[in-house]
Amino acid sequence: MASAIISSFSRYMEIAGDQVLFTGRFARNIFRGGFEWGEFLRQCYIVGYKSIGLVGITGFIIGFVLTLQTQPTLKTFGAQSFVPSMVAISIIREIGPVIIALICAGKIASSIGAELGSMKVTEQIDAMEVSSANPVQYLVVTRILACTIMVPLLTIMADALALLGGYVGVNIQDHVSFSLFFRKSFSALEFSDVMPALIKTFFFGYAIGFVGCYKGYHSKRGTESVGLAANSAVVSASLWIILLDAIAVQITNMIVY
Amino acid sequence: MNDTKTQEQEVAVQDTDYVVVRIQHLKKSFGDNEVLKDINLELHKGENIVVLGRSGQGKSVTIQCIAGLMLQDEGGLEVLGKEVKEMTRDELRAMRIKVGFLFQSGALYDSMTVKENLSFPLTRVLKLNDKQEIEKRIHESLESVGLEDAIDKYPSDLSGGMRKRVGLARTLILRPEIMLYDEPTTGLDPITSREISELIVALQEKYDTSSIIITHDMLCARITADRIVVMNEGKYIATGTYDELVKSPDELVHNFFK
Repeated sequence: MASAIISSFSRYMEIAGDQVLFTGRFARNIFRGGFEWGEFLRQCYIVGYKSIGLVGITGFIIGFVLTLQTQPTLKTFGAQSFVPSMVAISIIREIGPVIIALICAGKIASSIGAELGSMKVTEQIDAMEVSSANPVQYLVVTRILACTIMVPLLTIMADALALLGGYVGVNIQDHVSFSLFFRKSFSALEFSDVMPALIKTFFFGYAIGFVGCYKGYHSKRGTESVGLAANSAVVSASLWIILLDAIAVQITNMIVY
Repeated sequence: MNDTKTQEQEVAVQDTDYVVVRIQHLKKSFGDNEVLKDINLELHKGENIVVLGRSGQGKSVTIQCIAGLMLQDEGGLEVLGKEVKEMTRDELRAMRIKVGFLFQSGALYDSMTVKENLSFPLTRVLKLNDKQEIEKRIHESLESVGLEDAIDKYPSDLSGGMRKRVGLARTLILRPEIMLYDEPTTGLDPITSREISELIVALQEKYDTSSIIITHDMLCARITADRIVVMNEGKYIATGTYDELVKSPDELVHNFFK
């Protein structure tokens, strides 16, 4: 029993050490000459543009459903005028960034994990390495940076669509003008609501890209490992997002309040 | 082994030539599994060595060690006069440019066209910027493997033999001095297998390379080998020309040539 615990602990420490080394390789290669702009922009297109539909629909529905769920309760207390501000604060501070990051973990981390895993299995990464090309610079740096930049942009877009969904939700039962709804939404928001939420999305994006690349790059031989890489990329990225969110909330509370 | 030379004899005979790869008492284990037990080999300039052996004997591990994809546990491994284990990162990079590696699957980058596959090492490794020079080299390489028409195709549109040819063109575009082939004809029909084997010989003559070819394919071995070494249980057990080994009284060696 004790030896099993020790062996499991040492395995986790090994993985943690490996991830630190991988982070170091990533960081070193950002500043090495010959940044892969073409591949970086291609990844921005794949991560960002190709996720617009999924993220947009998700954002809209989150705002719509949140409004439909809360409006009757607030109406009972005669507080329906607070619906726009409640929706705005909930979406911008917490629900938008976390849900969108989780959606992106499912879509992007899995696809990066599977892509790099399959490149590993088919010896494409070895082929780059053996020809003296730099696979970390071409495959890893571009993907992690694309995720780090595109996930915040997707979150901003999803937040906007969630507010639009909230506006549509309110107007199913009542009538509130577009300008009144958005004026009330934005008047409830403060700098301390928006900035920490925006900053944490960069970390979410980094976690998604890093975990996807790490799992894919370190997948073992065999087709089964491609599926495992994709699956564990989603699970690990989701856990990291929840963990980072908890840390971000604590830090925000310490700084702001 | 009357008609086959021992490794010691063979080393003594060819000592005068320029040795591009020298392996001495190489050992490599994965956990408790000792894959390479005592490998000794010298590849001379311009020579083609074929390594025969059953699956799982560590043939590919040997050439992966030569290419610096993995490090040996014990023993010496010199490539172009330098010990691989002692190379700095820059030296390893420089060595890899001179050592071409053709993977079993071809290992083409499947998100890129044939042209992009070939331009990748030119722009990333040789840092070429001159578009005309890049185009010229790509066309020259594709022409040498007879696949100029496939320039805009993706790897998924190519047959197994065509992928191997493009893989070969991509490897040769860096003008390596040493070529390592990992089962170049596996999975191909006999006609394509013969074509690839003949291509290996033609390109070796054209680019003046020295090669180590890992294969199970006796047709490929007969066409490409100047010398054949037979591997069993992590050691080389026999070496000689194809005609010498055909007559070997050793049952294990003889089984390959039946």
